[in-house]
Amino acid sequence: MRHTISILVENKFGVLSRVSGLFSGRGYNIESLSVGETIDPATSIMTIVTTGDDLVVEQITKQLNKLIDVIKVVDFMEVDHVEREMVLIKVSPRKEDRTEVLKLAEIFRGRIVDSGPTTYTMEITGEEKKINAFIELIKPFGIKEFVRTGKVAIAREGLKKGK
Amino acid sequence: MKKSGAEILIECLKKEGVKHIFGYPGGVVLNIFDALYDDKDIQLILTRHEQGAVHAADGYARASGKVGVALVTSGPGATNTVTGIANASMDSIPLVVFSGQVPTLLIGNDAFQEADIVGITRPCTKHNYLVKDVKDLARVVREAFHIAFTGRPGPVLIDLPKDVTAGSAEFIWPEEVRIRGYNPTYHGNKYMINQAAQMIAHSKKPVIMAGGGVVSSEASKELKELAELARIPVTMTLMGLGGFPGTHKLSLGMLGMHGTYYANTAVQNSDLLIGIGVRFDDRVTGRTNAFAPGAKIIQIDIDPTSIRKNVRVDLPVVGDVKNVLKDLLKAVKELKEQQWDAVRNAWLKQIDGWKRERPLSYQFVKNVIKPEFVVEKIYEATKGEAIICTEVGQNQMWSAQFYKYDYPRRWLSSGGLGTMGYGFPAAIGAQFACPDRIVFDIAGDGSIQMNIQELATAVINKLPVKVAILNNGYLGMVRQWQELFFKERYSHTELESGNPDFVKVAEAYGAVGLRATKPEEVEPVIKESLKIKNKPVFLDFVVDWKEKVYPMVPAGASIDEMIFEEEEKKEKKLKAVK
Repeated sequence: MRHTISILVENKFGVLSRVSGLFSGRGYNIESLSVGETIDPATSIMTIVTTGDDLVVEQITKQLNKLIDVIKVVDFMEVDHVEREMVLIKVSPRKEDRTEVLKLAEIFRGRIVDSGPTTYTMEITGEEKKINAFIELIKPFGIKEFVRTGKVAIAREGLKKGK
Repeated sequence: MKKSGAEILIECLKKEGVKHIFGYPGGVVLNIFDALYDDKDIQLILTRHEQGAVHAADGYARASGKVGVALVTSGPGATNTVTGIANASMDSIPLVVFSGQVPTLLIGNDAFQEADIVGITRPCTKHNYLVKDVKDLARVVREAFHIAFTGRPGPVLIDLPKDVTAGSAEFIWPEEVRIRGYNPTYHGNKYMINQAAQMIAHSKKPVIMAGGGVVSSEASKELKELAELARIPVTMTLMGLGGFPGTHKLSLGMLGMHGTYYANTAVQNSDLLIGIGVRFDDRVTGRTNAFAPGAKIIQIDIDPTSIRKNVRVDLPVVGDVKNVLKDLLKAVKELKEQQWDAVRNAWLKQIDGWKRERPLSYQFVKNVIKPEFVVEKIYEATKGEAIICTEVGQNQMWSAQFYKYDYPRRWLSSGGLGTMGYGFPAAIGAQFACPDRIVFDIAGDGSIQMNIQELATAVINKLPVKVAILNNGYLGMVRQWQELFFKERYSHTELESGNPDFVKVAEAYGAVGLRATKPEEVEPVIKESLKIKNKPVFLDFVVDWKEKVYPMVPAGASIDEMIFEEEEKKEKKLKAVK
């Protein structure tokens, strides 16, 4: 099962390596990772997507909680939440396809953030599925490169799954 | 008034009640060593290797129940501590290790004697710090001792750049420690504890499995009370020895790979297994899917990650072992009147049968010293009251089997990491912690050579530490595996041809060396060593090189698939097990 885990940590040097070292040292996998400051600049949130059966994920969350610099761990599997990811894609379509590419971007509520003589760079935000779908769709037109941010997630207000 | 970083450090150590530091000087810690030079309250014990310093601090911590402290320089001094730190981490021993570091401006430049010790020790410490500003020093030291000693104990490293100890600041001792990410659970959940009491009441064949957590939370008294009240037999892990009296009628001795027949058999036949301060290590459980197949498992531990890590658990109780046992005792007492004796009679009788069927034993051969015999004689001569340290391998297993530990903190052995070279420096640390107690290191001829340089530390400090070398001329435990599972191909385990004369080595350092080559010499040599009060003694016991540790559960087998000495003799062929 894939889990999105949100980790509230002290915003100090070395904390990222404590967290990533825990994953590598115990043989857990990190599929994506994003880190950023929170409203309190003394803390950051790391959002990690990982895969494992229930026992593995239970160990991961317990081990994370055990780190002194970790303040709180939330497994979004147990919480109703919104998640988003962003991708920047540089496409180099043939001249006759340029309009088609723009239309597709529009359908996916993408934005063109840069345009050159031969390329468009667009920004797409959404759930992972949507981003994957867009990438598949745009592939035939010629993707030069893309960069994904990794997932971020936030809980919905006051709703817990199963209640 | 401002103080230097080094002075602040010393003040902090005094506030923490530190009396002994085990250490080794070097360039970037000169300020600290200079500040210690005139100090009357703190004694620095110079070891001959930084690994020795950390093991000594570890032995000191285990014997005293206090935090052990070590101080080393940067680079190689710091990297030499890694084995000792990893050892303490695996066995949950509270240590604070101070390492020097190059000045903050040079960090990252590959400066002389620079090593990223915070990076290196990150996975083997409970927590570690790099102090970048002298103003943070007092707070960091305060936090480090708190983290090392509370919750599940463990080692904490503090890296001190030279300019931090040379710099100056006001000394402000933080009276309180507040770390928002660190809040161990000390009290068990009441509902869970009541459930546990119910399970004990309904169980016909319960077994308690006590581990290092009983010792570190000082819960021996509560454990004994519970076992006696509800008439539950107790087996101990290697780390738990002494947590329950080894001579008690309810004691089953150690379980696991080299555990007793009756302990392993009782666990496998139990209907309730109560794990107290244990982490179900693979050396204890054998093949986990065949471990205690008919038992419900209760696990009591302060560290949630220990629970359900290796085996299924039916009822977890997270909390400090002592507190949980107190509450559990109360809950058990509140149950409606139980006729514990009547309920347990059949089970205890069955266990007594197993005890009679296969007690721990060895075969006495004329004119040959059996290593088990040496351990027994040490037990008799010290009336079971000595502190026994061990190295790792056969010496460790025989010491666990044939010495009965009635008290906690008298058994100091590298359980998790299995560090050869641990026992001797640990014995030195233990002797500093308990100057009036007899301290033995039971060693092998291989292990003792891994930290033999600490003889100098013991001699110069007039420590009467005794080192009983069970000298079989081999890396005995590895040789045992080669004999049983590798067709007697003794690849690189023979040591005798390169061994020194241990008596002469001792004498060269100014210690006493004694030797026994026949069984009748064993007791006199031990008694002789006990008369020596101001020097370390090496006791070289030339023992049967063929002797193996039995019973034995091959790696990967279930713990009731035990090999016994007589069986092994009957059919030499044994299936090689991975």
